[in-house]
Amino acid sequence: MAVSHLQCKECKAEYPLEALYVCDQCFGPLEVVYDHSASTGDVAELRRRIQGGPQNIWRYADFLPLAGGPPGPSGRLASRVGLPAGCTPLIRADRLAERLGLREVWVKNDAANPTHSFKDRVVSVAVTRARELGFETIACASTGNLANSVAAHGAALGMDSYVFIPADLEEQKILATGIYGTNLVGVEGNYDDVNRLCTELCAEREWAFVNINLRPYYAEGSKTLAFEIAEQLGWELPDRCIVPVASGSLFTKIARGFEEWTELGLLDGELPRMNGAQAEGCSPVASAYAAGADVCRPVKPSTIAKSLAIGNPADGPYALDLARRSGGGVDAVSDDEIRAAIKLLAETTGVFTETAGGVTTAVLAKLAARGEIDPDERVVLVITGEGLKTLDAVRGTFETRTIAPSVEAFEAGVRQTVSV
Amino acid sequence: MSVTVKIPTQLRAAAGGEAEASLDGATVQEVLDGLFDRFEELRARISDEDGSLRRFVNVYLAGEDIRFLDGLATPVKDGSELTILPAVAGG
Repeated sequence: MAVSHLQCKECKAEYPLEALYVCDQCFGPLEVVYDHSASTGDVAELRRRIQGGPQNIWRYADFLPLAGGPPGPSGRLASRVGLPAGCTPLIRADRLAERLGLREVWVKNDAANPTHSFKDRVVSVAVTRARELGFETIACASTGNLANSVAAHGAALGMDSYVFIPADLEEQKILATGIYGTNLVGVEGNYDDVNRLCTELCAEREWAFVNINLRPYYAEGSKTLAFEIAEQLGWELPDRCIVPVASGSLFTKIARGFEEWTELGLLDGELPRMNGAQAEGCSPVASAYAAGADVCRPVKPSTIAKSLAIGNPADGPYALDLARRSGGGVDAVSDDEIRAAIKLLAETTGVFTETAGGVTTAVLAKLAARGEIDPDERVVLVITGEGLKTLDAVRGTFETRTIAPSVEAFEAGVRQTVSV
Repeated sequence: MSVTVKIPTQLRAAAGGEAEASLDGATVQEVLDGLFDRFEELRARISDEDGSLRRFVNVYLAGEDIRFLDGLATPVKDGSELTILPAVAGG
């Protein structure tokens, strides 16, 4: 396996591949480092190896931080361990592109994961690494999607789990967590309060908090979105990616995935322009971007996009740096724009996304309206979650006619007002 | 005025193995200065050269991030609890 060690992103101090996430010396984040020297050179062989792998993220096991390779025997179509994530559809969205005056837009629909969000990618990697390290209990601080995924992975693998969420989370996300038999804890406060509590708990317990002490491994799972997009585009890079930003981890790791494959010769070309998407009610990264700052000032979130409601983004500085060096940006949209964009995406692509996907789609619409996207660009819109989890956001946006079950009632009550 | 400072695991080796320390001071800055006087090694771990907090260090007063208060100038009361934590968690 190519995984080598952990390294501080700031001061470059090196650490062993254990449940560590922060540098003792400077408090910087630790990141996984690989040694791909054995696989450079033979691009065709590398591609064959990937294409011969299973239809899930374990086809990219060479680029993930597991000491023992993929977990258990997996055939190309059948997987025998856990809840395999990934290999979600990349859909060409011509009707959406047309509405926005663009030529080529693709929707990466990551709602098509086992628990209906991209979080299954990061949790699969973190939980597999946690098992390698000998942990028996997994845990997380979550805005909802992660809660679903950690609870489900715990159930699938027979591990105990503890899930901490803000107590006022959407009901759908609470129900879709508790059903897996996890220890679900609602915390009075916002996500940042939950995260602080879990950071404190993490130091006192022998648990694998997937997004705290396992965070270096967890974050690597997001690279698989980049790998899939490139593979699905025929081993090509898109020109631009629009990605929701909460902590900034997904945004920066998608770019890292493209860069890693470009360094290995699997892809050729420039890093896509990376556009981050936030809700106005929680836009510490977009505000810092607009102000030209290189760090984010924390905020108290107030938005319908609860899955993005992180007021104190851990990877904020790296997200800002990426947006600038890739020629992208970070934009924020209002709750009304989010609702309208959920509808726009649904009406033009058949994909019903949760509020985070509304944020992403609204930012695409905003960039298109501002004329920032060249019509020749190939744009990928990363849709991270499922609309059924945030039903309140679309309640009242359309009308249902109720009629008696007769043709006459239909003709009288509906035909005149609805085009059929 | 006595304030309890909770020290994260990553810094305990530089703090004589202690998980918390009891210190005097009227502001967050004064309490942290007292902590650095006691454990000199902590100064460079937590603070930049100009004396501000490193960007991956969060400090909470009674659970509230001091950046929502008056930062290092935030006054502290007798019996307050100050928590130092890494900022890189979550998401």
